[in-house]
Amino acid sequence: MADASFQPSRIPGFATVAVLAFVCLYLPIFTLVAYAFNAGTSIAVWEGVSLHWFARAWENEAVKSATLRSLLIATTASAVSTAVATLAALGTTRRAAYHGQTFIYVLINQPLMVPEIVTAVALMIFFGVIKQWTGYQGLGYLILAHTAFCIPFAYLPIRARLEGMDLSLETAASDLYASNWQTFRHVTLPLLAPGILAGAMLAFVISLDDVVITEFVKSGGQDTLPTYMLGQMRRAITPEVNAISTGLLGLTVILLTAFFLLTRKKG
Amino acid sequence: MKTFLTATAILLAGTSLASAEGQLQLYNWGNYTSPELLAKFEKETGIKVTVTDYDSNDTALAKIEAGGHGFDLVVPSANYVPIWVEKGLIVELDQSKLPNHKNIAPEWMDVAWDPGRKFSIPWQWGSTGIAVNTKVYGGDINTAEVFLNVPDELKGKINVVPEMNDVVSMAVMWAGGEPCTEDTEVLKKARDALIAAKPDWISMDYGATEKLSNNDWAASVNWNGSSMRARVANPDVAYGYPREGYPLFMDSVALLKDAQNVEEAYKFLDFIMVPENAAMISAFARYANGIAGSEAFMPEDMKTAPEVVIPEEFKAAGHFLPTCSGKAQDYVTAIWTELQK
Amino acid sequence: MSLEDDARARNVRSAWALSAPALLILLLAAAGPLLIVAVYSFLSPGKYGNVEWVFSLDGWRGILFTKDIFDDTLKLADAHLTIFWRSVKLSLLTTGITFLVGFPTAWFIATRPPRARAFWLFLITIPFWTNLLIRTFAINEVIRNEGLFNTVMIKLGLFDTPLRIINTDAAVLMGMTYVYLPLMVLPLFAAIDRFDMRLLEAGYDLYASRWQVLRRVILPIVKPGIIAGSILVFVPSLGAYVTPRVLGGGKNMMIGNFIELQFGQGRNWPLGAALSMTLLIVVMAALLIYVRAANKGGNGHG
Repeated sequence: MADASFQPSRIPGFATVAVLAFVCLYLPIFTLVAYAFNAGTSIAVWEGVSLHWFARAWENEAVKSATLRSLLIATTASAVSTAVATLAALGTTRRAAYHGQTFIYVLINQPLMVPEIVTAVALMIFFGVIKQWTGYQGLGYLILAHTAFCIPFAYLPIRARLEGMDLSLETAASDLYASNWQTFRHVTLPLLAPGILAGAMLAFVISLDDVVITEFVKSGGQDTLPTYMLGQMRRAITPEVNAISTGLLGLTVILLTAFFLLTRKKG
Repeated sequence: MKTFLTATAILLAGTSLASAEGQLQLYNWGNYTSPELLAKFEKETGIKVTVTDYDSNDTALAKIEAGGHGFDLVVPSANYVPIWVEKGLIVELDQSKLPNHKNIAPEWMDVAWDPGRKFSIPWQWGSTGIAVNTKVYGGDINTAEVFLNVPDELKGKINVVPEMNDVVSMAVMWAGGEPCTEDTEVLKKARDALIAAKPDWISMDYGATEKLSNNDWAASVNWNGSSMRARVANPDVAYGYPREGYPLFMDSVALLKDAQNVEEAYKFLDFIMVPENAAMISAFARYANGIAGSEAFMPEDMKTAPEVVIPEEFKAAGHFLPTCSGKAQDYVTAIWTELQK
Repeated sequence: MSLEDDARARNVRSAWALSAPALLILLLAAAGPLLIVAVYSFLSPGKYGNVEWVFSLDGWRGILFTKDIFDDTLKLADAHLTIFWRSVKLSLLTTGITFLVGFPTAWFIATRPPRARAFWLFLITIPFWTNLLIRTFAINEVIRNEGLFNTVMIKLGLFDTPLRIINTDAAVLMGMTYVYLPLMVLPLFAAIDRFDMRLLEAGYDLYASRWQVLRRVILPIVKPGIIAGSILVFVPSLGAYVTPRVLGGGKNMMIGNFIELQFGQGRNWPLGAALSMTLLIVVMAALLIYVRAANKGGNGHG
């Protein structure tokens, strides 16, 4: 029977599942970080504590530039894909049915529908021709490819947020003679923000993890962290990348903590 | 933000400067190039080598064929070299620019895939055998029976590397044939043995160095260099050479037709044929090289390692895999596909 | 032209204009180049991979029929169906499990105080800032026979002998759930978060039972999130490649690995291309049917 006061945040079992999920997410991360401090050469045999791999990673130009390149591509691709996905979500939800709606929907989600290797081979051939034709072999191709496959990952959370979102506030704003842009900037966008944040975070992570497409699109000197790792997989993986990942995690945690402390003071 | 923009500028520019002077783009297997070697080369010549990784011969071939890649040197395996030549993707080397060419050991000079070493310079070579944890299985390890007729002790504990040509050839040699055979009786026997044995394998995966070291696997069809690393971490691991026949491999460096840094590439090719430098390559990835006189500079533990120095009695059983005819290759591929399903 | 027609035309124009940048990028770097793959499916395989420009339907025929290696007789390629079914089964299970875990998690995040929500969201994605391969190996490290999980279980006296998980379907399932969890949680969060929790309390008073509240109030509202999340998990996991390889041990192929094989050591690009086109069509059809059915269901209740 109904409790006198129902609290959505306290549905029994939900918090337990959530906390368990977080624990499971971080268990492997724990071992990953631990092996970054391994004195031995393996990511699976523990031989004592050492900072050796941090030093090795720091001295290794290849792995450092691969890390920077991964971050650069992921930042750019997630920013661009989130921006265009937001526009597309606004264009495809909350309006009367129109001709071509299904086409747009399918096209936006197309990158999800074929295994990466297929897009990878197609892009390798297509970009190969363009690279020879223009003579440009820079990072642009990788950024473009990443942006494209990140679009559905950014689009779907934003769309989920937008669908059925309360129109009354926006209507009220236009009634008050706010311009379209003002309505969008001050009403729609803030309402949409959690969806955009979710979409951008997904796009970032997806880009950061991509192996197959990157492997086939990259030109000389364009290894990212995942393709660098893929090359190692066949022979032996050393804790070097654990050290890099640990460094990145540490940096993220510091930045986030600083960010939350700062915003808390303001608030 | 400013640092980010600077980093962006550097990264974007860095790649379009691929053909600038003092640069060299090497396209090589991952974790296969000694950083010390590159540092020494840069110190001596002022040329900065950028290494980009690949993880399969087929990927490398497809990418170079697609064009616009920006690489200068590539390191294909022996049985792929003739394909690269046939497709005109690599060029014949100008020997006058390679004074150290004479350092190539005689047995590596007139190789089947490149007689006279006109197209390719030795990088590293090794063998595919069977690494076994002798604590788990004390029987004979110098036979392909270990993975084709898995002994009870190893059932569900043995891995097979997912390397089509190596695995199918081992089975074919076990069945009494030569690699690249078109004899259907032999091929049938090899296929049936592989498919019957598969349920006894734990996996078909890479990563044997770690998993043999930490006892996840008790045995694996594996490369010698990786087996040596596993033995260093776990002394119970021994490396067997199947007496029915086992594959040898050699990866060699070749100059791409559309290389942009040709002079630099020659300097590098000549550099790696200096015995001392060749030894640096071996010391890093733990495989032997093909340069005469490099033994003197090898690390002590490699001079005597049973994985690197093939025992006399097993030498004759080692075979380089030839480049198969179209029909023979179709058989290999078909058997492999059937096995992988 | 009436005012209404005019408004409708404007609606269509703005819809296309807003979608245009995304569509352009996709046509340039995703869907457009796929035309190459479509063409390749009608060509002959090259001797060493790639294609020869000779028209052939063998690629498409190869989806349903295989030639026997030795006597050239055609037979039904039942192995392809096995691989396809295995992929569908594992993807469905992955979607189900990520939903069962992801829904309470997303709910938990959405019901935190506003400022803490971003913090919890980051907490979900931070593990994914590490490298996929290293992370997958780390999962293996937790579940292997002498790993963290078994060690703790034996120390606690719950197991006598270690439970073998590595290189089983269970390991693949665990790995896929891990990898795809954020793809479920984030869209669900985006949908739940916009919902005014006070409505729920009202609904609760009205319907009395928890189950009814869940079905009548919560589900219709988070439905767009469920649709988005299950598409984002199900469709990519059909073509998953790294996780089944590393955790499953590569013995049992999924469709992604099988297609990869054709473009790699299998040297049969046309078959790979035809298989991917088939997959594309099947998934596209399934997606449209799913989205339509889901939306219709929503209207019925709403």
